[in-house]
Amino acid sequence: MSEVPLAKEAADAAPPAEDLVVLDKVNKHFGALHVLQDINLTIKRGEVVVVIGPSGSGKSTLCRAINRLETIDDGSITIDGRPLPEEGRELARLRADVGMVFQSFNLFPHRTVLDNVALGPIKVRGQDKSLARTRAQALLDRVGVGNQAGKYPAQLSGGQQQRVAIARALAMEPKVMLFDEPTSALDPEMINEVLEVMQQLAREGMTMVVVTHEMGFARSAANRVVFMADGRIVEEADPHQFFDNPRSDRAKDFLSKILAH
Amino acid sequence: MFDFLDLDRYDLFGAFWTTVQLTVLSGIGSLIWGTILAAMRVSPVPIMRAFGTVYVHVFRNTPLTLIIVACSQLLAYTLGMTMWADFGTQSLSFRLAVLGFVLYTSTFVCEALRSGINTVPVGQAEAARALGLSFTQVLTLIVLPQAFRAVVAPLANVLIALTKNTTVAAAIGVAEAALLMRDMIEQEAQLVPIAILFAFGFIVLTLPTGLFLGWVAKRAAVKR
Ligand SMILES: Nc1ncnc2c1ncn2[C@@H]1O[C@H](COP(=O)(O)OP(=O)(O)OP(=O)(O)O)[C@@H](O)[C@H]1O
Ligand SMILES: [Mg+2]
Repeated sequence: MSEVPLAKEAADAAPPAEDLVVLDKVNKHFGALHVLQDINLTIKRGEVVVVIGPSGSGKSTLCRAINRLETIDDGSITIDGRPLPEEGRELARLRADVGMVFQSFNLFPHRTVLDNVALGPIKVRGQDKSLARTRAQALLDRVGVGNQAGKYPAQLSGGQQQRVAIARALAMEPKVMLFDEPTSALDPEMINEVLEVMQQLAREGMTMVVVTHEMGFARSAANRVVFMADGRIVEEADPHQFFDNPRSDRAKDFLSKILAH
Repeated sequence: MFDFLDLDRYDLFGAFWTTVQLTVLSGIGSLIWGTILAAMRVSPVPIMRAFGTVYVHVFRNTPLTLIIVACSQLLAYTLGMTMWADFGTQSLSFRLAVLGFVLYTSTFVCEALRSGINTVPVGQAEAARALGLSFTQVLTLIVLPQAFRAVVAPLANVLIALTKNTTVAAAIGVAEAALLMRDMIEQEAQLVPIAILFAFGFIVLTLPTGLFLGWVAKRAAVKR
């Protein structure tokens, strides 16, 4: 009888690892293409890291490797002290703790907005259906699309769909959220409504890895900017220092290009 | 013209009833085994994928008659497998025929499902996996419901082909429609009317399948 609570207390008592996501000498090839080259990256609990870099530099691959949507060739990735497991039940459990938001939203078109958000908690966490729906509604309210709950994703604007996708990821109460260019597929007038939700998340202390070219977001919400080029991390810096005073030539070149338009 | 139609001598309805039973039982078996094969072919486990691929290629490319005859020869005589023939009323050759049809038709069910699965964008499965859903959950909750619409029409074709393919069971002596037809042609020497009669019988059997699944496909398209 007493075993269980004791074990739980012991687990609670153990100090949570300060480093939530750790990539150690990660390498990945697509055929002959070396997309990730000796990547070392540590993300602390509560930290917001923006990943930036030219097209094809491996940002998406890096992001997807963190929840093993892409496998890696060598090196290691640990999340909250635990190495990424092989495909199977363990991996599914770990993925439940890592929220992911895609450029193309990827909402489930055959389910209502509310069901999209409640599905994970019900099917993965085994949560009671009505409780999951109540919590899903609260999350939709929080991201400002509560009045769309009964609709199907195709009936929503891009900005609304992406906010639903964020709510769907948050419903799993993840330890870390990954965003892969969450605003790149949006019309300009919808970008801010999504960035505002992300900014609020950052303020609330969510650990976030965000691939984005939105400099405003990086400056105001990021603790750190990671600049990638050709599969390598070329520069890591505080956002203000990075944008105002990039050290590497690659970063200077890249910034001059994205600032040009 | 149809005076050969001596229903006391020829059990026409019995023969077509056997055809219906062959079709329905083989159809159900093929849908189940074909779905399992399709799941194997899209699964992340390499051995399962390899098994599914090899199975489909071997059985799809073997002539059906050969499979049916092989089933009856190999299993019944060489291996002494009786398929529980002492249970129920169906003959051993009927059961072996169903087995053969399932082995063969399931490959077409598998390929129809797989092409339907391929119409669902990969992002759907990725988003579902990212939530922590298991492989089976991803397939049954997210991918298959969306693949369904694209799958109905090809599946209807597979089932209609199955209905007609059941005539092959005559090769191992199952008393279904084609066997009776051969019998009647031999006895009555009225080739054309008999052929027309049986062709009509098969149209009666296959038309409802096509119409029903066409209706299902429309419903699936309108939904949402
Ligand atoms: N599944 C794949 N198979 C083969 N090559 C791939 C695959 N996915 C990505 N690549 C290649 O790997 C490289 C890195 O891709 P990645 O998507 O990570 O870049 P990115 O930095 O996200 O680029 P973008 O800004 O365009 O999204 C690119 O050259 C891309 O063509
Ligand atoms: Mg990308």
